Amino acid sequence: MSANNLIELLSVFLILIGTIFSFLSSFGLIRLPDVYTRSHAASKSSTMGVLFILVGTFVFFIVEGFFNIRLFLGIFFVFLTSPVASHVIVRSAYRSKVKLADVTIQDELKDALEREKLEVK
Amino acid sequence: MINNLLVCSLILLILSILANIYRLVKGPSAPDRIQALDALGINMIAGVAIFSVLLRNTGFFEVILLIGILSFIGTIAFARFIERGVVIERKQSD
Repeated sequence: MSANNLIELLSVFLILIGTIFSFLSSFGLIRLPDVYTRSHAASKSSTMGVLFILVGTFVFFIVEGFFNIRLFLGIFFVFLTSPVASHVIVRSAYRSKVKLADVTIQDELKDALEREKLEVK
Repeated sequence: MINNLLVCSLILLILSILANIYRLVKGPSAPDRIQALDALGINMIAGVAIFSVLLRNTGFFEVILLIGILSFIGTIAFARFIERGVVIERKQSD
């Protein structure tokens, strides 16, 4: 019985770690200067946070005696789609000419795109 | 003990959702707002998961899957709309 309680406590600690991750990512979302850097904060640590939370929930309900395939599917889906979504957002931001922050040193994609245009012509 | 930890994590989650809403309202460009909406959807998934642990109820897992799928499709549609001006592309007949 006490082993079960220990595993439940462990899964709740996983959930707490996940929430701390997404809290820190929200700090990044407020403080960073432009879309591209903010996407770094939002996608990486927010995906990590929600993965910790969902895995914690999964472990908690396994200990209680339920194995639910829908939750597993949800974990898989979030893990698969969240980086794709953030990539698509940043791509559309660059193509619709959102400005980079003033502290940016180097923009390699601009040179590559110009070269591509010249080759097409 | 377990319930107290869960309530603490819900409070942290509320703070991060408030940060997302701040970025959603203030964001200078449209991709900023889409990004904030995406992060908001992910945080909502996390909130539903924590609630299902708090209430010891397995009925919320469909909601997790559904919010995940809807948030992903919405993000993709918005990004396509900003990039090209259309959501679904059709072949031009020439």
